[in-house]
Amino acid sequence: MKTTIATLKRGQRALIKEITSDIIPLKLLEMGCLPGNEVELLQTAPFQCPMYLNINGSHLAIRKEIAAQIEVQII
Amino acid sequence: MAKQIKVSLIGNPNTGKTSVFNLLTGLNQQVGNYPGITVEKKEGVCKLSRGVKAHIMDLPGTYSLNASSLDENVVIELLLNKKGKDYPDVAVVVSDVENLKRNLLLFTQIKDLDIPTILVINMADRMRRKGISLDIPLLEKELKTKIALISARKGEGIDELKKLIESYTSLSKTPCFDALSFAPDYFGRLQKAFPDQSLYKLWLVITQDVNFRKFDKQDMSISSDFKIKSESELKRLQQKETIKRYQFINNVLKKGLTVDEKAATGMRAKLDRVLTHKFWGYFIFLAILLLIFQAIYDWSSYPMDLIDEAFAWLSEVTKTSLPSGPFVDLITEGIIPGLGGIVIFIPQIAFLFLFISILEESGYMSRVVFLMDRVMRRFGLSGKSVVPLVSGTACAIPAVMATRNIENWKERLITILVVPFTTCAARLPVYLIIISLVIPDEKIGWIFGYQSLTLMFLYFLGFGTAVGSAWLLNRILKIKSKSYFVIEMPGYKVPLFKNVAINVIEKTKAFVFGAGKIILAISIILWVLASFGPNENFNNAEETITELYPSLSQEELDNKIASHKLEYSFIGYAGKAIEPVVAPLGYDWKIGIGIISSFAAREVFVGTLATIYSVGSDEEETIKNRMAAEVNQVTGGPLFNLASGISLLLFYAFAMQCMSTLAIVKRETNSWKWPMAQLIFMSIFAYGVALIVYQILK
Repeated sequence: MKTTIATLKRGQRALIKEITSDIIPLKLLEMGCLPGNEVELLQTAPFQCPMYLNINGSHLAIRKEIAAQIEVQII
Repeated sequence: MAKQIKVSLIGNPNTGKTSVFNLLTGLNQQVGNYPGITVEKKEGVCKLSRGVKAHIMDLPGTYSLNASSLDENVVIELLLNKKGKDYPDVAVVVSDVENLKRNLLLFTQIKDLDIPTILVINMADRMRRKGISLDIPLLEKELKTKIALISARKGEGIDELKKLIESYTSLSKTPCFDALSFAPDYFGRLQKAFPDQSLYKLWLVITQDVNFRKFDKQDMSISSDFKIKSESELKRLQQKETIKRYQFINNVLKKGLTVDEKAATGMRAKLDRVLTHKFWGYFIFLAILLLIFQAIYDWSSYPMDLIDEAFAWLSEVTKTSLPSGPFVDLITEGIIPGLGGIVIFIPQIAFLFLFISILEESGYMSRVVFLMDRVMRRFGLSGKSVVPLVSGTACAIPAVMATRNIENWKERLITILVVPFTTCAARLPVYLIIISLVIPDEKIGWIFGYQSLTLMFLYFLGFGTAVGSAWLLNRILKIKSKSYFVIEMPGYKVPLFKNVAINVIEKTKAFVFGAGKIILAISIILWVLASFGPNENFNNAEETITELYPSLSQEELDNKIASHKLEYSFIGYAGKAIEPVVAPLGYDWKIGIGIISSFAAREVFVGTLATIYSVGSDEEETIKNRMAAEVNQVTGGPLFNLASGISLLLFYAFAMQCMSTLAIVKRETNSWKWPMAQLIFMSIFAYGVALIVYQILK
């Protein structure tokens, strides 16, 4: 199984590896979700969705299905 | 008039851009709409030194110039249209010191547009607490701009900013760096084809062309050679551009910004742990909702009673101090009660917007969206639908407008379509009077009265119907739209009093002058229609009645005359015409008129009945007594009994009776299809439910 933001546990940090999927909105990239940047899972709502993240210093929430498209490497 | 410096305020959401705007302009501002679309247009005037003035436009918040919503598109259209009257002399980009990296992305884009640009770094008061220090001269040099370090909260640094605006001609217009060097082949060809144009502007026009087909290309016509073939190709290029920009920004900030992690204190993490908690988060949200409802229905009743009395008094004074005649009647029976019907809603609307703007200003609203997204998605809505649905309990008009930040079109459309089911403030007077007529004023146990339980049930019914029809629409509507949802979770802030106050005043004004006009117009039309008749039956009312009932007292006689007149007035004939349609629901022709006039706006129902029952003053007790005394001509029992009362309540709960909402839905969806679907579906549904309930309870 691939490691993605959706598989992170609360408090875990990871580095974003590659963003290839077309379903990732440009807005998310513009908010700092880019390869090489650090991401930390801060909190999830019930049923793990949405996910509250700190990406590259930006605090934002995204839905699980998009989180599952962003491959990461846990640090 | 001296020339004003045209300033555009640009910035990401949550950077305190509006606070800066409020500081620059004070109350010297106006809110309108951009032509043809309901994107809020805020502008104001700022006095600089020596009589020089600046005209400030607060553009909608945007994360970048690659627009993904209508609001953001406004920014680009304005900045690309050099000949437009709002094209700025100087652009002021507002950023937040804590999110400088992300905020600078937009700044580098603006710098590519060949406009003198000032960078405002806001929230300087937070720097020490967050352990941030900045090398301003270095940043100014690297970013090729002038920086104003300000604190909108403390009002510091604003004079600095004003000075920079005044000397805008000396600002640099050159880009920070070459952001489009990632695809030299493509951009080289593009520049060769249009040597006179700015490359970045060309690129923006091309990218916007893919997303917004109707984009006005001004005088640039770009041949199909340069069209991007697919959305994914475009996105790859935009991604490369974004990476390129961030590389530049990272390099600059590495030198110009230092963060001492040890000095940073994290209020956010502590608050988030509670406010987004799986149990306490929902508990607190519920408590806040209860508080809002309490304020709207309990606290606001005191000013509302005062307003009611004041208008009744005004009507009385006018009547006694002016000579009698049709014109004075129009003022005392038409215009003054009409105005009263508008003003009476101000406390409720003000309270609602007070709470909403406090919640938004503090950063809490984003947490609500976060908490509710999963629940709302089951019904085809988004977490962002919560704000419109809550606002809908005041008025559907701002609620429909509040759907704008829902990115997903299908979720947004469904939210717009179901919002009118929530119990808006305009339904309240109707509910209150009918409930007091047909529901016994008794208590179950110690606390709960039947009447207040009925009212609460109606609120749940409205919300339940909204959510239920959302679920249904989600099944029916076949709209393909990309499901994406990104919400920024801003840091917590103590709301600025000035921002909240200005927001409440603006929103209340919008209601009074928007909806108010319609209500007033209808009150006047109704009064005219009820005060004149087409034939002799109306004019000879007094003689006819006096002959028929010679033994009655003067008071009883007056009542008989009034109702005889009404029956033969224009409105009486109209009511009689629709009586067959509403009779199966348990209504007579007078209620029928009330319903017809309510299609313009629900809140006129009570006023209409007041006019129809020829009650001079607008005091509720009097209208209520009249209504209670009404007799159903068919059954001989009271007209307002449990069956017809419940039927009427349900009709008002479901029917789409608001022209203003229909108009706003038309504007927001850009088609008559959706408002018409709302009108037809909701009206048929309301009629059906009212019919069934009346026939069962009868």
